[in-house]
Amino acid sequence: MSTLLQQLLNGLSLGSIYALIALGYTMVYGILKLINFAHGEVFMIGAYAGYFGASALGVERYGAAGLPLYLAVLVLLFAMAVAALLGVSIELLAYRPVRSAPRLTPLITAIGVSLFLQNAAMLLFSPNPRPYPPILREVRFELGGVIVTNVKLTIFVVAIALMLGLNWFIQRTWTGKAMRAVSTNIDAARLMGVDTDRIIRATFAVGSALAAAGGILFGLDQIIINPLMGVLTGLKAFVAAVLGGIGNIRGAVLGGLLIGLAEQLTSGYLSPDYRDAVTFVILIFILILRPEGLLGVVRPEKV
Amino acid sequence: MRLLLRLAVASAIGLVLYGIGLWLQGGVIEYVQRIVFLAGINVILAVALNLINGTTGQFSIGHAGFMAVGAYGAAFSGVKLQPVLQNWIGAGAVADGLTLNVGLLVGAVLAGLTGLLVGAPSLRLRGDYLAVVTLGFGEVIRISFNNAKFLGAATGFSGNSPAGLPALTTFFWVYAWAIAILILIRNLTFSQTGRSLAAIREDEIAAEAMATPTTRLKVLAFSLSAASAGIAGGLFAFMQPSIRPEDFRFDKSIDMVVMIIIGGLGSISGAVVGGIFVAVTLELMRDLQQYRLVLYALLLIVIMLVRPQGLLGSRELSQVLRLRFGRPKAEAAK
Amino acid sequence: MHRRSLVSFILALGLAATASACKPKAGASSSGAADAAEIVIGHYASMTGNTAHFGQDTDKAARLAVEQLNAAGGVLGKKLKIVTLDTRGDGADAANAVTRLIDVEKATAILGEVASSLSLQGGPIAQRRKIPMVSPSSTNPKVTQVGDYIFRVCFIDPFQGKVMATFARQTLKLDRVAILKDVKNDYSIGLAEAFQKAFLAAGGTIAAEQSYSAGDTDFSAQLTAIKGSNAQAIWVPGYYAEVGAIARTAARLGVKIPLLGGDGWDAPELFTIGGEALNGSYFSNHFAPDQASPQAQKFVADFKAKYGQEPTGLGALGYDGIMVIADAIKRAGKVEPSAIRDALAVTKNYEAVTGNITMDRDRNPEKSVVVLKIDGGKAKYEALVKP
Repeated sequence: MSTLLQQLLNGLSLGSIYALIALGYTMVYGILKLINFAHGEVFMIGAYAGYFGASALGVERYGAAGLPLYLAVLVLLFAMAVAALLGVSIELLAYRPVRSAPRLTPLITAIGVSLFLQNAAMLLFSPNPRPYPPILREVRFELGGVIVTNVKLTIFVVAIALMLGLNWFIQRTWTGKAMRAVSTNIDAARLMGVDTDRIIRATFAVGSALAAAGGILFGLDQIIINPLMGVLTGLKAFVAAVLGGIGNIRGAVLGGLLIGLAEQLTSGYLSPDYRDAVTFVILIFILILRPEGLLGVVRPEKV
Repeated sequence: MRLLLRLAVASAIGLVLYGIGLWLQGGVIEYVQRIVFLAGINVILAVALNLINGTTGQFSIGHAGFMAVGAYGAAFSGVKLQPVLQNWIGAGAVADGLTLNVGLLVGAVLAGLTGLLVGAPSLRLRGDYLAVVTLGFGEVIRISFNNAKFLGAATGFSGNSPAGLPALTTFFWVYAWAIAILILIRNLTFSQTGRSLAAIREDEIAAEAMATPTTRLKVLAFSLSAASAGIAGGLFAFMQPSIRPEDFRFDKSIDMVVMIIIGGLGSISGAVVGGIFVAVTLELMRDLQQYRLVLYALLLIVIMLVRPQGLLGSRELSQVLRLRFGRPKAEAAK
Repeated sequence: MHRRSLVSFILALGLAATASACKPKAGASSSGAADAAEIVIGHYASMTGNTAHFGQDTDKAARLAVEQLNAAGGVLGKKLKIVTLDTRGDGADAANAVTRLIDVEKATAILGEVASSLSLQGGPIAQRRKIPMVSPSSTNPKVTQVGDYIFRVCFIDPFQGKVMATFARQTLKLDRVAILKDVKNDYSIGLAEAFQKAFLAAGGTIAAEQSYSAGDTDFSAQLTAIKGSNAQAIWVPGYYAEVGAIARTAARLGVKIPLLGGDGWDAPELFTIGGEALNGSYFSNHFAPDQASPQAQKFVADFKAKYGQEPTGLGALGYDGIMVIADAIKRAGKVEPSAIRDALAVTKNYEAVTGNITMDRDRNPEKSVVVLKIDGGKAKYEALVKP
């Protein structure tokens, strides 16, 4: 029984990270109808930004005790800022010029940006895997046979906090409202005086920042980072967004948790060989049976 | 009479190919030979994918999966068949050629069936969704091979001996198949069926309103495209010591997309050019080692920003040449 | 607009094509000037990627060997030149690298690869082209079965697995061991099998069998399952990066049993990634820096003097690989691949850094295995097991 609980716990924490990344995918798709393939790489860059930020703050000096809380938060904010900047730059340089092109072009551009970032990272950061610095001290405690580390708790806390923050942002602030408007109907929003370009940039910034947070949490949890870490994880987060209903924020969260659980349970009870396959199988099923996702809304195509 | 003429032309081409093949084997280092083979294989892949992404306007980014099915199918059956054939007619070029071609056909049929299986449920989806589901299928296929113990699982399939798969691929066969598939797809594209496919690309709903059996056509084109990719996979298998699921990752699907983008989406001659270009430059770039893929990715982005229609757009080389250098001629509306 | 974009497009393509035709400027493959009176040894190794340390260490030691040989006058009066191509840990690149080494660099002998999977990709090509290939540290038996042109200078996995299984059973007195292997890796699969066979034959039981893929970062599911199986130790015959992460994850999950492994652990990153979680674990290797023969100690000193760091066992094997090839060339009397091959096949009692090398019928040497224990973040000599 404790094994099951352990697997569930691990699945939910992994799923929270997927959810953070999936939010970025879903928000960008909602507004631009573009699959931002490069988002996985933003996640990766966020993780590396955390790595270098922590090193700059002298994390080795603190050893296993980890950075003091205020410094850890600083590292997080730094990484989120770097990622936001990166996300906006990608939008400006690569996506904006092709916004009016047929759907194929931005998709291929996105794939190109993704490949570029992966390989640039391999060049700059060396392709060798790096151990993630202990930004937080590792504390373990056992609850009824289930091991819970403070890292896992932090993942939950940070993920939930960010998601609640995002929710508040979307519902209560003007920018958030504008984002919802643009995602519903970009032309109407423009007619209502919304500066759509600014809103699009803001969307990229927010989504990327969330991914960076996911990146740091991933590094703390998974111990090693490498330049290709965004490829598979990004893909799975994308599937999570589709599962929940792409364009739907709550859907992204739900999708992320479900994919995380599915992956962990498959790995534990079926075989670790199938853990990646299960995500794709879910993708295929959902697209064939219910393409709008679990929480999505069917949009009839007008001719 | 026409048949005789066609046969004569085919034999002539065959002889030329054979001659070039012999010359290559003797006169050129193996390293360059490999690139020439890969170029031919790329041509098949590019033309196959172009049928779907270009002519029919559907978006598949999982074609590496079909290539994998073709490769494993050909390798497995070829390895089983070779000793049988060699016992029967003795070892030599004839047995090799037969083994190769039977293997390729097995691979193609399996790949085509896989295409059917993938296409049937997926082709209801449009645009991005179709792209993503083909990606998913491509990965599922690869992971399946990764776990298939009888095919060597993750460490790959190398046939019966540790020395690897038999090296049956020759210049002649690569380019013979490339030309055959090229002609087949070209004829299809410029036929009535091809025009229906183009109609689906231009406006699927309108095409359906005009009683075009869109889903059936799309699935058929998909299967044909998959089968062709399977042939390319089989040819690839018989020039490697072993084939591994690693060889058929998402990266390979992207390579194929790059080929047709460079040449021009919808142009068959463009696909040929793109295929050769990618094989040659990718290999030459190996010298640049770690900079290689960065440049490759940058090239992709630049192309999309500067000239997304690629080299030839959706026109064929013959049309472009005629426009530039030919006498003024009334051209049918494109 | 149309014409301009076409021109710039073609320019872009042309630039890419020209760039690809350029030779690399700095830090590339060859050392020494291209010369007809030179013996070219090709080296293919993973200089980048997940197992970069293997390739880099082997290459450094190989270059040290070449330098020392050339300083002593070369081989048969000619200077040695080593050309290294990066396989990036990828099989297709390995095959291409060997083809290039033979066709473009005109190598008369090849050193490589460290990873058995990659040797299995490059080997068939070397065999077909009849260029002798010496793998410094591929331990999977299949590697030399590829053909009579393929050799190695290290022990093989059936022996390595047996040594560790016997150690686990007799010295550590273990009854139940779980196995966690890398299914993407011939080395790991082979070594896991070897251990399993020997351990079962010695009366032990395998508590659980789990697997992962190279490149995975999440091992919690597998370790949680192993935790529930009451294993007393885990046999992890993988490569250092994953092993380090596995150790940490195990510690996190409260899986306090020792880990056992093979020579794939041998890299400093094992300790930077695994940290204290590795204390109390054991692994088999080719030599122990703190218990080495005078010859090995000299090698370690020379390596440290040149590179400022300690070599690993794999590095030592790279050195030995070059030395064995050079020795064979000397004995062959001529710089000719088939003669070199024949000389390699009869290598007898060559005193290498990692021990005595005598090629057996299958072109494998009979070497001893050193068992190391990890304590306080360092590997210490524990036992030596002769064949």
